[in-house]
Amino acid sequence: MVENRPWLAFARHAILAAGILFICLPLWITFVASTHDESRMVKGTAPLWIGDHLVENYRAVLLKGLGEGANAPPVWPMMVNSLIVAVVIAVGKIAVSILSAFAIVYFRFPFRMGFFWMIFVTLMLPVEVRIFPTFKVVADLDMLNSYGGLTIPLIASATATFLFRQFFLTVPDELGEAARMDGAGPMRFFKDILLPLSRTNIAALFVIQFIYGWNQYLWPLIVGTDEKYYTVVMGISRMVNAVDTAPQWNLVMATAMLALVPPVLVVLVMQQLFVKGLVEAEK
Amino acid sequence: MIKRATFGGLALPYALLLPQVVVTLVFFFWPAGQALLQSVLIEDAFGLKSSFAGLANFESIFSDANYLNSLRVTFVFTAASCSLSMTVALLLAAMADRIIRGAGAYKTLLIWPYAVAPALAGVLWGFMFNPTIGVVAYVLQALGIKWNFYVDGDQALFLVTLAAAWKQVSYNFIFFLAGLAAIPRSVIEAAAIDGAGPFKRFWTIVFPLLSPTTFFLLVLNVVHLFFDSFGIVHALTGGGPGGDTEILVFKVWSDGSRGTNLGSSAAQSVVLMAIVIALTVMQFRYIERRVHY
Repeated sequence: MVENRPWLAFARHAILAAGILFICLPLWITFVASTHDESRMVKGTAPLWIGDHLVENYRAVLLKGLGEGANAPPVWPMMVNSLIVAVVIAVGKIAVSILSAFAIVYFRFPFRMGFFWMIFVTLMLPVEVRIFPTFKVVADLDMLNSYGGLTIPLIASATATFLFRQFFLTVPDELGEAARMDGAGPMRFFKDILLPLSRTNIAALFVIQFIYGWNQYLWPLIVGTDEKYYTVVMGISRMVNAVDTAPQWNLVMATAMLALVPPVLVVLVMQQLFVKGLVEAEK
Repeated sequence: MIKRATFGGLALPYALLLPQVVVTLVFFFWPAGQALLQSVLIEDAFGLKSSFAGLANFESIFSDANYLNSLRVTFVFTAASCSLSMTVALLLAAMADRIIRGAGAYKTLLIWPYAVAPALAGVLWGFMFNPTIGVVAYVLQALGIKWNFYVDGDQALFLVTLAAAWKQVSYNFIFFLAGLAAIPRSVIEAAAIDGAGPFKRFWTIVFPLLSPTTFFLLVLNVVHLFFDSFGIVHALTGGGPGGDTEILVFKVWSDGSRGTNLGSSAAQSVVLMAIVIALTVMQFRYIERRVHY
């Protein structure tokens, strides 16, 4: 800081520590609960320190689920579904939007601005708002209970198109001119120049869209009603609702940990890219 | 807006746009149009015929006590959650800004909730505040508070607000930190030389210079809280007790899934879409003429 004031530095770290406590306490409580057995969980208030049933609990939920009456299959196949949905949404969004941004920035054609605005108005229109009409379209197309129905309606993304458009506008014009002089066609230019230049943007977007896809909740809840297509985030809410009859909090919390670890890990491992992607995508 | 050097050809750009345009038309415009159409139609008692009803559906939702209650709940929830998460995030970002020792660790420990699904945030907080087993509920009960958010509407709304704010802090923190890093150090040093203490510097220099970030975050937070909070409410309270946590986006879903009144559900969708579009326009105007100092 500008001046050296020991009490100020102390206050800084104290406030940050309090903030971290607020942010991290729920995760700690959840983790601790997932390491105890059922008899400990029915004894009253949830524990604050780690128990010794960690491996047992996680093995149980991954392979067997919560058993009879839990409304949900084992966690392992649900995690595979979540992974498929998240990857398809992320890759699909990036592919679809990088192509349309390329068209909008590098070509002149009738109704160019019309298409631009058409994509722009969808910028902040989440699926939750038009949930039933969209559900009906998907039902009419016979896409209920399929990976296509879980992913394709979520693939159009104005955010990603905007990010790529913004980035392409900063690419020097000389690169395009040089490519043309060397006789490269548009797709050659796209593949050999634009795509390699967009590498970091693509990676950053992938992190954000992967999280978006993994965390989808309402859409899989109404489109994937067959157990075969349950994702883990929606599956857990079914378990919580079943808990009223048989409270197996230790297993529910183990499932919660499994549902939140993959996206959190992605954020932590790719922290730099994630922050860059987030700040740039929204500006 | 467009490159000086562009490529020729007509078929190619349309082919490149095709996938996005198809998905947008089929899954955005068609359903949105359907909602708009249904919102001005009224079905007869058997659902066989529908006739044009003008704005009758809108009139009926705005005179429905449940809908007005849902509007009120949404407003209280959004305002409280937004101000709580932005205040905490700004405080933490101001503390973490330009810290030298341990900066990376602080950041890492504060940003991870971004990746937690809203529904999971609901499960986590519901567990901590569970009246029979929850750790925090135990403390509250020891303090003499009759804590049971399953029956007390105010407590339920408080908990939903807290869980949403918790999830939103990390997002706001990232943006505030980026905003703070962009403030030139020389201005702050100049103020320090002129004798302004840390608090004075924050309120008279840092905070005004952050105003573009703050405004931008305000709009985005409203959007997130309006729509992404479905999962929190669904997993935590199911809209209850007695509709006390039934935010608008939850009500569209719960009314629609009961399937009793198509027109009313469509009218609710249209109102939500109008809100989103208004917010998008606000955001766009902000991008157009961003405040420069």
